[in-house]
Amino acid sequence: MAKRIDVSGLTAYYGSHKAIEDISMTVEPRSVTAFIGPSGCGKSTFLRTLNRMHEVTPSGRVEGKVLLDGEDLYGSGVDPVNVRRTVGMVFQRPNPFPTMSIFDNVAAGLRLNGSYKKNELNDIVEKSLKGANLWNEVKDRLNKPGSGLSGGQQQRLCIARAIAVEPQVLLMDEPCSALDPISTLAIEDLIGELKERFTIVIVTHNMQQAARVSDRTAFFNLAAIGQPGKLIEIDETERIFSNPSVQATEDYISGRFG
Amino acid sequence: MDISTTKAPPPTEPADARPPADDRRKSNSATRPGDRVFLGLSRGSGIVLLTIMGAIAAFLTYRTVLALSDNSGNFFTTFEWDTAATPPKFGIPVLVFGTVVSSIIALVIAVPIAVAIALFISHYAPRKLSGPIAYVIDLLAAVPSIVYGLWGALVVAPHLVGLYSWLDDYLGWTGIFEYSGGAPRSLMTVGILLAIMILPIITNVSREVFLQSPKMHEEAALALGATRWEVIRMSVLPFGRSGVISASMLGLGRALGETIAVATVLSPSFLINASLLDPGGGTFAQNIASKFNEADEFGRDALIASGLVLFVITLLVNGAARLIIARRKEYSGANA
Ligand SMILES: Nc1ncnc2c1ncn2[C@@H]1O[C@H](COP(=O)(O)OP(=O)(O)O)[C@@H](O)[C@H]1O
Ligand SMILES: [Mg+2]
Repeated sequence: MAKRIDVSGLTAYYGSHKAIEDISMTVEPRSVTAFIGPSGCGKSTFLRTLNRMHEVTPSGRVEGKVLLDGEDLYGSGVDPVNVRRTVGMVFQRPNPFPTMSIFDNVAAGLRLNGSYKKNELNDIVEKSLKGANLWNEVKDRLNKPGSGLSGGQQQRLCIARAIAVEPQVLLMDEPCSALDPISTLAIEDLIGELKERFTIVIVTHNMQQAARVSDRTAFFNLAAIGQPGKLIEIDETERIFSNPSVQATEDYISGRFG
Repeated sequence: MDISTTKAPPPTEPADARPPADDRRKSNSATRPGDRVFLGLSRGSGIVLLTIMGAIAAFLTYRTVLALSDNSGNFFTTFEWDTAATPPKFGIPVLVFGTVVSSIIALVIAVPIAVAIALFISHYAPRKLSGPIAYVIDLLAAVPSIVYGLWGALVVAPHLVGLYSWLDDYLGWTGIFEYSGGAPRSLMTVGILLAIMILPIITNVSREVFLQSPKMHEEAALALGATRWEVIRMSVLPFGRSGVISASMLGLGRALGETIAVATVLSPSFLINASLLDPGGGTFAQNIASKFNEADEFGRDALIASGLVLFVITLLVNGAARLIIARRKEYSGANA
C-alpha cells in the first residue's frame, strides 16, 4: 500500500525561473510529513513534482530524481498518467467536479482505471466516503451534485475521490486553508486516520497544524525574492518545533521571520 | 434574424417582469442620482426596443391576416405557392420541410467538427499554432453570404456528384439518399454549405467557453490519472455543454434565416422530395428572396405570412435551447 519516497537533487523551473533548487529528502511510508515555509518558497511546486503535476504547467520543467520504492518517477518510459494514479493529490481549494453527483465524483478515478460492476463500485464509494468521514452526511443524497456541499464537506469529498483509487501516496496542498476551524479539525482527524494506510505529504502555512498532524516536518526557505527555494532541514516534528538544528528554522517558527 | 435569435421575447413578457424591478428599486430607499439616470436610460431604451418589436409584430400580423383571408388553399397543408392565380393558393409545408431539414443537416455536420476544432485550439494545439487557426476561422466568418453561395453553386456542388453517387450506391435503399444524377443543387448541398457557413460562429463561441473551463477541475482530473482526452471528457466538455448548445443555437439561427447563399445554390421546387440529394424543395428565406421582387401587393403579404412562421420557428428553437440549458443548471459549472 504505502510507499517510501526518496528525492535526490531535485530542481524545478518555470521557464527560465528556477523555483526550487537541489532538494533531497526521504519521506517514510505510513507517516505524515509536513512542508512549512514562507509563501513563495516553492512548497507547492515541490509537492507537484512528486506526482508529475509540475510539468502540466506550460514551461514547467524538472531535473533530478524522485524514487517511489526505488522506482524513478522521472525515468524514461514512465507515463505521468500512471504516476498520478499511484500518487494522489488534494488541492488547496476544494474542487469536486461540479457536473457530477457525489457518487460519480468518488467513482471518477475508478472509472478511469477500468470497469467495475455496479455493486463493486457501490462498495468502494461507500468505503471511500466512510474513509473520508463523509458517509453519514451524504449517504442520503449520493445523486445530488457535489457542488451543493459545504466547503469542508467538499474537501472531504475530494479526499474520498483521491483515496478511492487506493493510491500509494497522498499529497495535500494546504487542504484546510479555505476551510473554517471546525472543518479543519475534521480534516486533521482524518489525516491521522489515513496515515495508517497511506504515505501522506501535507503543505501547510499553519504551524500549529504541522505540529498537530505530522510526524516529520520539512522547512523550506528562500534567500531572497526571485531566488530559488531550498530545503533548509527535515526532522522529527517534535525536534523541529523544540530544538531545530538550523537558526533560520527557529526564527521562522518563533515568528521572528516574515 | 440575428436579433430575433438573441432577443425577441414575446412583447408581453418583459411587461410582466417590470413590477419586480420596481419593488427592487423601492427597497433601496437611498437612490443616488447616477443610479436614477442609469435606471431612466435603461428603462427608456427597453421601452423603445419593446415598442419597435411590438410595431414589427403588429405589422407582420396585420399583413399576414390580409394574406390568409384570401388564401383559397390551406396555409399549412397546400403544396403550392401561386399567389398570382385567381383565387390565390399557397401553403408552407414545403418551406417548413426544406428549412428544418437543411438546418438540421447543417447542425449535424457542423457541431461535431466545430467542437473538435475548438477543443484542438483550446487544449491540444501549441500556442504558436492555435493563434493562426483561430484567426483563419475568424476570417471564414467574415466571408459574405453571396460569396459562399457562388462558391457553393460553382465549386462545391459539382464536386458532390461523386459523393452523392456513392451514397446512392450504398444507402440509396433508405430513400433519403437516392440520387438520380444531374446537378446536385439539393437540400443536402444547401445543408453542407450552411454547415460551412455556421462553422465559424459555433467554433468561436465553443472555443471561448472551453478556454474558460476552470483550471482547478482540469487539474482534479489530471491528478486522478486522467489522460488529456479524459480530462476533456470529465471537466472541459461538461463545463462547456451549455455554451456549446448556445453556440449551436446561434448557428442554427443563422442557418434557418440564411437567404442569399441558399437561393444561389438551391434549385427550388414546391415539392417535398424524400431524397435529400435530388434538387427540389425550398426554404422560407430563399422563397421570400426569390419571389419578393416579382410579387404584387398580395404576393408580398403572403411572403410576409411565411416570414412570420419562420420567426415563430426561431423563437421555438430558442425556447427549446433555453429549456435544455436550464434543466441541468444545478449541475452546471456556474455554481462551482
Ligand atoms: N504557474 C507558475 N508560473 C510561473 N511561476 C510560478 C508558477 N507557480 C509558482 N511560480 C513561482 O514559483 C515560486 C514558488 O511558488 P509556490 O510553489 O507556489 O510557493 P509556495 O507554495 O511555497 O507558496 C514562486 O516564486 C512563484 O512565483
Ligand atoms: Mg502554495
